[in-house]
Amino acid sequence: MADVRILTGNEAAAMGVKLCRPGVVAAYPITPQSQLAEILSRYVEGGEMRAEYVRVEGEHSALTVCISASTVGARTFTATSSNGLLYMHEQLHWTAGSRLPVVMCVVNRGVGAPWSIFNDQQDSLAQRDTGWIQFYCRNNQEIIDTLIQAYRIAESLYIPVMVCYDGFVLSHTMMPVDIPDGDMVRGFLPPYKAHTILSPEAPRTINSVLFPWRRPDPDGVLRDGYMEMRYKLEAAMKKALPAIQEASDDFARIFGRDHGGLIWTYRSEGAELLFSGIGSIANEATVAADLLRDEGIPAGVLGVRVYRPFPRERLIEAAQGARAVMVLQKGTSYGYEGCLTSDVKASLYESTLRVPVVDVVAGLGGRDVKAREIADAGRRAWKELEEGKLKNHSLWLNCYTGEDDAE
Amino acid sequence: MQNNIFKINETEYILPGSRACQGCGLTLAYRYMLKALRENTVLTIPASCLCVLHGLYPITPVTVPCLNTTFASTAASASGIAAGLAAMNKSDITVVAMAGDGSTYDMGIQALSGAAERNTDFIYVCYDNEGYMNTGTQRSSATPMGALTSTTPILTKEHAKKDFVRIMEAHELPYLATTSPSYPIDLYDKFVKAKRIKGTRYMHIYSPCPPGWVFNTKDTIRIGQLAVETGIVVLFEIEDGKFRFTGRSKTLAERGKRQPVVNYVSRQGRFRRMSIEQLNRLQAWVDSRWADYLDRAEG
Repeated sequence: MADVRILTGNEAAAMGVKLCRPGVVAAYPITPQSQLAEILSRYVEGGEMRAEYVRVEGEHSALTVCISASTVGARTFTATSSNGLLYMHEQLHWTAGSRLPVVMCVVNRGVGAPWSIFNDQQDSLAQRDTGWIQFYCRNNQEIIDTLIQAYRIAESLYIPVMVCYDGFVLSHTMMPVDIPDGDMVRGFLPPYKAHTILSPEAPRTINSVLFPWRRPDPDGVLRDGYMEMRYKLEAAMKKALPAIQEASDDFARIFGRDHGGLIWTYRSEGAELLFSGIGSIANEATVAADLLRDEGIPAGVLGVRVYRPFPRERLIEAAQGARAVMVLQKGTSYGYEGCLTSDVKASLYESTLRVPVVDVVAGLGGRDVKAREIADAGRRAWKELEEGKLKNHSLWLNCYTGEDDAE
Repeated sequence: MQNNIFKINETEYILPGSRACQGCGLTLAYRYMLKALRENTVLTIPASCLCVLHGLYPITPVTVPCLNTTFASTAASASGIAAGLAAMNKSDITVVAMAGDGSTYDMGIQALSGAAERNTDFIYVCYDNEGYMNTGTQRSSATPMGALTSTTPILTKEHAKKDFVRIMEAHELPYLATTSPSYPIDLYDKFVKAKRIKGTRYMHIYSPCPPGWVFNTKDTIRIGQLAVETGIVVLFEIEDGKFRFTGRSKTLAERGKRQPVVNYVSRQGRFRRMSIEQLNRLQAWVDSRWADYLDRAEG
């Protein structure tokens, strides 16, 4: 019988972590992640979860603990938000370069300065080039299910995975969540086997200095240089695209829930105005699409569930038939445009589709984004499209810019 | 048991072919430290002279397993290894984090203080060559006042060396000790003892550095001895809060006479611009600290 409970996003994440049975958890409190770290410590102290919980003195150390524990063969978990994630930045690269399957929840929050405790996605979007796989969740069910998939994907490819979900919007909002059965999770997720173990039984120096070229070992066998090792990470990332889809399909078959693998779509059949987005803002866009459809505007949504590796082929397929794309994101690349916008445009360049792409920066620092407001922006774009006037442009939604024509 | 060099474990854990500099004090200390710790030890080290000593992939002269980590994270890395080993039910492995003074006194102090406060079960070793020697002999907070470095190239370092052992002592650790490669038996004994103790143990190695301190490579041992003879370096251990002089410092405390610090300073090119005023301040600091240690010494 299904075990359905009403949980916040953080509670759902904690349940997901417990089901995956990590040997080591290390975390440092930061709003809005704190509740997740607190629940996990309660599980460990109360004997519900058998793990070493390292209450570190900062996020840099939190991720370091996971890196080193993973190197001796333990499954690991950490979680953070915002400036905590930025503080980990050096170790994010180190994790991926070490090919360690650390899984981390990022409870998305705006970054300082100035301070904001509220939600946007600048924190994790800014980490897209660190070599981590990034998932973005739409609801609390997807958080728990994605965590289980994340461990399987990470450990089969030796790539670390971020499971990102929007702070407060999901982390502190209660929703019904179907808790997967523990035995079924164990069947889906085999035990972790490290690719290289730090152990006196097979002594070796791990991650020592490399020169730019390949170099022979004492037996004369030519070993990788830095660039070969980095290429292997890139090659594994390419393999991750089908592996993520496969894990997602397997999960759907076993647990009966399909979150879409790499991307998801909503009313995309016949959609000529396509919203694209990440996480809860894309979810909000589904309501906007309904509003526009009611008015006769053929709108749909293409949600990006996995941002790295980027599902270019899937995106191109799903965008066929679109006459305009509006890319919604809670973050930007200052001096250019939202990074999802750039990635969508770059993907379309690989296809024959030549349509206007509107860059929409929205919801920074927790600024509310209502479906009605997304629909308004969509309606304006549609009108310009029908008049043949729609061009690529950027807009900051719900932001007072001081310009007379700003809306 | 005999108390001479013949009691020392004969196995070598550093094979020929290390990339350390000629006359490196760290290499000598590391050799005796590994002999004391023996098999069933895992190391974690940051970018450092020690990392250079470990060689270029895929070849290393060191036979002890070692995990490289980033500059600020050595003690956190040891925390992760300790937690991972506990999760894997491996309880008989000695975890050692080892870093230079730059990584310990400066960037790594947060992670070290955190790990020590949690009484993480590991040995932290700081090899103190009094500057960022690997990157070209820049100033660290362990550099002594009056020393020329590549970032205090004209006026010398203005500020006194940080008393790091005192900071670590404030964490109420089960065991702390200071050592010098010039006194290998003292060093060896302390690491043998440290290995038997549980919890966070802090070991300090004063590690003379010919290129950074500007002396001839043949004089490493002598410089290390002079540091102890003058009281610049004091050999001691603190076990459960009890302070005890050891080795040459013990005999100096009991019946010897410390040499003036000028005998140590004048042998090193890095002090060639040290003023008389700085020298006097250094002597006064050494005298005052020595008096404090004499007050505290128990047996």
